[in-house]
Formats: sequence, structure tokens, C-alpha cells
Amino acid sequence: MTRTTEARRPVESLTVHPVQAPPPAGDRRRRRLADQARAYAFLLGGLVCFALFSWYPAIRAVVIAFQKYTPGSSPEWVGTANFTRVLHDPEFTAAWRNTLTFTLLALLIGFAVPFVMALVLNELRHARAFFRVVVYLPVMIPPVVSALLWKWFYDPGAGLANEALRFLHLPTSNWSNGADTALVSLVIVATWANMGGTVLIYLAALQSIPGELYEAAELDGANIRQRVRHVTIPQTRFVILMLMLLQIIATMQVFTEPFVITGGGPENATVTVLYLIYKYAFLYNDFGGACALSVMLLVLLGVFSAAYLRLTRSGEDT
Amino acid sequence: MSDTRTLLSPAALARPRGRAAYWSVFTGVVLLFTLAFLFPVYWMVTGAAKSPDEIARTPPTLVPEQWHLSGYTDAWDLMQLPAHLWNTVVQAAGAWLFQLVLCTAAAYALSQLRPAFGKVVLGGILATLMVPAQALVVPKYLTVADLPLIHVSLLNDPLAIWLPAVANAFNLYLLKRFFDQLPRDVLEAAEIDGAGKLRILRSIVLPMSRPVLGVVSIFALVAVWQDFLWPLMVFSDTGRQPISVALVQLSQNIQLTVLIAAMVIASIPMVAMFLLFQRHIIAGISAGSTKG
Repeated sequence: MTRTTEARRPVESLTVHPVQAPPPAGDRRRRRLADQARAYAFLLGGLVCFALFSWYPAIRAVVIAFQKYTPGSSPEWVGTANFTRVLHDPEFTAAWRNTLTFTLLALLIGFAVPFVMALVLNELRHARAFFRVVVYLPVMIPPVVSALLWKWFYDPGAGLANEALRFLHLPTSNWSNGADTALVSLVIVATWANMGGTVLIYLAALQSIPGELYEAAELDGANIRQRVRHVTIPQTRFVILMLMLLQIIATMQVFTEPFVITGGGPENATVTVLYLIYKYAFLYNDFGGACALSVMLLVLLGVFSAAYLRLTRSGEDT
Repeated sequence: MSDTRTLLSPAALARPRGRAAYWSVFTGVVLLFTLAFLFPVYWMVTGAAKSPDEIARTPPTLVPEQWHLSGYTDAWDLMQLPAHLWNTVVQAAGAWLFQLVLCTAAAYALSQLRPAFGKVVLGGILATLMVPAQALVVPKYLTVADLPLIHVSLLNDPLAIWLPAVANAFNLYLLKRFFDQLPRDVLEAAEIDGAGKLRILRSIVLPMSRPVLGVVSIFALVAVWQDFLWPLMVFSDTGRQPISVALVQLSQNIQLTVLIAAMVIASIPMVAMFLLFQRHIIAGISAGSTKG
């Protein structure tokens, strides 16, 4: 916007009608005021929504974190009592451990698999449209439906997951019902449901790599693995990093899968931070505790979000 | 696009060994994709058509011995799916409309009308991108339950979905950046011709912005249709719940075949929309991410 005003200024000074008097100052000010009023009329609806549902709740989360708060009665300042209470809850450690483990597993499983998949798909010359549609199909199935679907697959009795293991003559598993396998089972669901978007983004990134780089590497005698390592990965480094940050931000807010499939169990093995926030608010009616937890999650994820925003900004400049 | 050189050279693929390897990998990937992504969907659709007896059997049957449509009709009637589907449609359509109108107006103002403090406002909007949405659900719930100043509760009201949907910094920024790139001389020419700001928005900006409006529309619809936690919080009244919440609430005490049929029905609208617009949706995802 600054560019256009600067570009226009010299033209104005060159106008060949220096005798024309400028409009009176009061008129101009009135017109500028009318312009402003109109601009804000256009902005108003959006601004009110942002104020009510983004800015105000963000401030309020911090305020309530230091209050004893129940809807209907007047709040009471309690200092850091909410934080200490939440910190001493045995579920607190479980929730953070589960959330971090979930994120880590999702990075290990849900990160390598789509990359390899995109790498292979990019080499295939046929049925490309089919692959793209099919891999994205689970993303369009409502998350609640995928969660219920996999809950049924994981059923210890007639579930498809154990049926497949039996078919392959492998030992069956407790899946989402076992304390040690529940979290991995949820990661599999989340990966299955969300992988499509990641694969498509990788595919787009792979297609933007100039072919000459591969040609040059091949002439230098690089085999396939070396070409991946020295050409593909460096060329897509930006997208890899971007998606990694996005995935950390998304998986640390996991809620639907544990809520629908395991209900946080067995033995708190799948209680996540967001699930615990939900419990504090809607089961214990403890909004102070819920907000204290929210602030912790907010601070941690804010760091990753800031890194992500910086990264995408710098990517735009180049 | 299809002829660009990738990891493997066309020459290597043309050799007999290369061709054999290519076709075996190709077959493997087709099988894997079918098994991993299509088979679960097939299992769901046919599972709903089995009898309650057959669905509990081990080993399971690959094709229903007898196709029972009663699973689907029972789901439709017993779970009151028409009402919940209608709720979802109302919520999604309203969120889409509110977002389209208010975000477009705000983006147009920020991009073309030069409001005082426009940069501050934009900064405040972009700052919300740093706040993870789910971390704010509890204070947002409290705000919706008792709106400041006017003390009205939006709980169990579709407005609780519609209004917060407008506070979507990503969509607003997408629109603003698109408006920034519109040819300035066209807009100025319209202004010289005496067109008002609203007129310019309606007859010049909006028609030129079809692609970005399409992308924003799809994002808006999908987001509401797929959301779970927020509607779970704000709709305690069973009759108002969207299908995602109703499915989970009803999943405990309903026959498995009926539940699965309801799951299939709940998936149809978004899957159908995807199959219809898949070209645009896939192009949007691929383009939006690599080039900001």
C-alpha cells in the first residue's frame, strides 16, 4: 500500500494546474472522517467476532487461571492455587506424558509414512488421480466416524484388527483395550485419518524439485538412496520442517480419538491434556483448574506456533 | 507436469528390469492403498447391511450373506438422523454464510479502505494464529454461555457455532492477500466512474475473487462438519446436537449394525462433496501449502 502512495506523489506534484485551489480543510477532514466511518462499518462484524471469541477468551484464560471461578457466582482471586492443585493431580503427569508420547509416536509413524508414500507416488506414472483421491478419502470422513470405525476394528472379540493378525498367524493384541497398546492404537487411527493432507503437500513439494538436480546427481554416480538424501530431502527441507511443526501443534491438541475410543482409559493410559481440561471444566466444574491447564498448553504450543509463523513468513519472502 | 524428471530417470524405467520393477511396485501400491483406505470404508458400508448375528461372527464374512437395509432404515428412524443431519446442515451453512460475509467485508476494508489503525487490527488478527484453537475452548465456552455486556447465553443456539466461526484469522488473511493482488487500475477506474465502495466490492472484487471464495467456502464447511469438541460443549440439548455429537452420545446403547449405518450416513455429505469437487480441493491443498 505504501508503494502506491509513493508512486502517486510525484505525479501530483507535476500536475499542470497549480492555480486550482485545494478544497477547504474542513471539507477534507469531513470526507476523511466519512471514509474512516465507512471502513470501520465494513470491519465491524469481523472485529466484534474476533474481540468476543479470540481476544477476550485469550485474556480471560489467563485471568481465570488465577481465580476460583464457577459460572453464576462472583470470581475470587486465589493466586497460584489452581496451578498447584492441578500440578498435584496424579492425572496431570499422566496427561502430559500421554500427550507428549502421542505427539512423539505421531511424528515417528505419522511423519515417515506419508513422506515415503509421497516419494513412491511421485515415481508412479499411472493412475495418479486415483491415488490422490483415495489417500485423501479418510480426511473427509468425519473424525468421530473414523474414531468409532476403528473402535469397532479394535474390538477384542470380532474386531477386524485381530482377525487380520490371526489371518497372518500372528499373536493377537489388546489394541485400544490394553494399557500398553492403547496409545499406539490411537496414533494409528489419527495417522490413518489425517495422512492424506500431508501426502498431498509432500507430493506438491516433490514436483517442484527441478529435474536437472537428479540428472546431475545421477551423472555423478549417485544411487537412488544418495539421490534421496542429497537432492530430495534438502530440496524439501522447508516443507518437512513446516509440516513437522504443524503436526506437533495439531497432535498436542488431540481429543476426539481418546474421548470416543478409550474414554481416557485403560488406567489413564490415554488421558490427554485437552481431555483433562475438558474433565476439569465439565466433570469437576472447576473452571480455574481448566484455565490453568489451558494456559500451560497455550504457552507451550504458542512457541511452536510462533516458530511456524516465522518459518512460513520467511518462506514467502524468498 | 507429468514429463518432468523425478528421482528415477525415464531411461532407467524404460529398461526391461526397470519396467518389471515399476509394475510390481505399482501393483503393490494399488493393493496397499485399496486395503488401507478403501477397504475400511467398504467394511463400514457392508457391515451396516449385515444382520446383527452375522456382524458378531468370527471369522467375519467378506460379503453380507443377506443384504439387510433395515440397519440403514433403523438408524434413520431410531437415532433421529434427519433431525441431527438438519442441525449439522444449519450449523455449517450459517457458519459459511457468516464467515463469507463478515470476513470478506473485513478483508476488503483492511485491503482497500485504509482504516486508521488498520495495521494494528491486522496484527491482532494474525496474532490469533499463534493461539492454538483448542487451548481456548474453555474461556470461549464461558464467553458464549454469558456474553459480556449484554449477558445473553448462546448455548444450544446455532449462533454459538456461527459467530465464533467468523473469528478465523486464516481465512480472513487468505481473502485479504487475494484482494491486495487485485489490479489497482480497475478498482480506481470504477471509483472515478462514481461507484461506491460497496458497489465496487459487489460488482468488481467479488466476481474476480471466485477462486479464493471457493477455497474459503470449502474450508468453512468442512471445519464445521468435522468439528466435535466445540459442539459437544455448547449443545447439551440432545435435540440441537449435530450428527457428530449425537453419534457419540448414542453409540453406547444402540445395536452395532444400526450405529455403523448411522456412521455411513454421517459420512456421505462430506465424501460426496469431496468426490464432486476433488480436483479443486486437491489443487487447493497442494498449492496453498508450497507457495504461501
